[in-house]
Amino acid sequence: MATSSVKPRIKLDKKEAKQGDIVEVKALVSHVMETGQRKSADGNVIPRKILNKFTCTVNGKEVFSADFEPAVSANPYIQFKFKATESGPVVLTWIDDDGSKIVGEDSIKVI
Amino acid sequence: AATLGQSITPAFAANNIDEMTKAFTGGAKPVAGKVKLDLPEIAENGNTVPITVSVDSPMTDKDYVSDVIILADGNPNAGVATFHFSPASGVAEANTRIRLANTQNIVAIAKTNDGKFYTASKEVKVTIGGCGG
Repeated sequence: MATSSVKPRIKLDKKEAKQGDIVEVKALVSHVMETGQRKSADGNVIPRKILNKFTCTVNGKEVFSADFEPAVSANPYIQFKFKATESGPVVLTWIDDDGSKIVGEDSIKVI
Repeated sequence: AATLGQSITPAFAANNIDEMTKAFTGGAKPVAGKVKLDLPEIAENGNTVPITVSVDSPMTDKDYVSDVIILADGNPNAGVATFHFSPASGVAEANTRIRLANTQNIVAIAKTNDGKFYTASKEVKVTIGGCGG
């Protein structure tokens, strides 16, 4: 489905790493993370809208993923680490309840 | 007492934390230890509470943590997040920010590749709940 125009903010603690180094990734994405528990002023339930899945691949291989429930805050922040083994793109993908995606990319160089 | 057509839900009904724990562990009882849970003692704003979970593991192909589930016993739903690791993660550690409706216990359960479960929990006092609308 559609890829959202929302631009996530991604920060790697290093651009270049030695083989086997641990790289830390921090990412923040703008999203309402509507729980589906709240009611609007007219008493109707505001429909749930959650980024329910997050995945990070490095050079096409998954290094970390997460499932998010409505208890994850709005504008979800995620921080995790991976082991540098090969150079390549670091691709972060969030999947919305409606199937749309938010994708962000950085890269790592293994020296 | 008068018989009502339906049962009354108590004000502080236990949420689905027991069911979610069982679904994650398959009925196995997690052992306390190896898991470190970092949360503030007091969260002034329940809308965004930082949480770091880390698990003591060599994270090698033979011995690694595959999944960590975060549960909250006082939210409308116990589920908060599940992190999936592999040896490619290098370290079993993740940080995010979560919503807490009120003062409650946060539980982390880690699953290793050989099917063992470890757990840690921490109480967080919440001044302003994160489920206000």
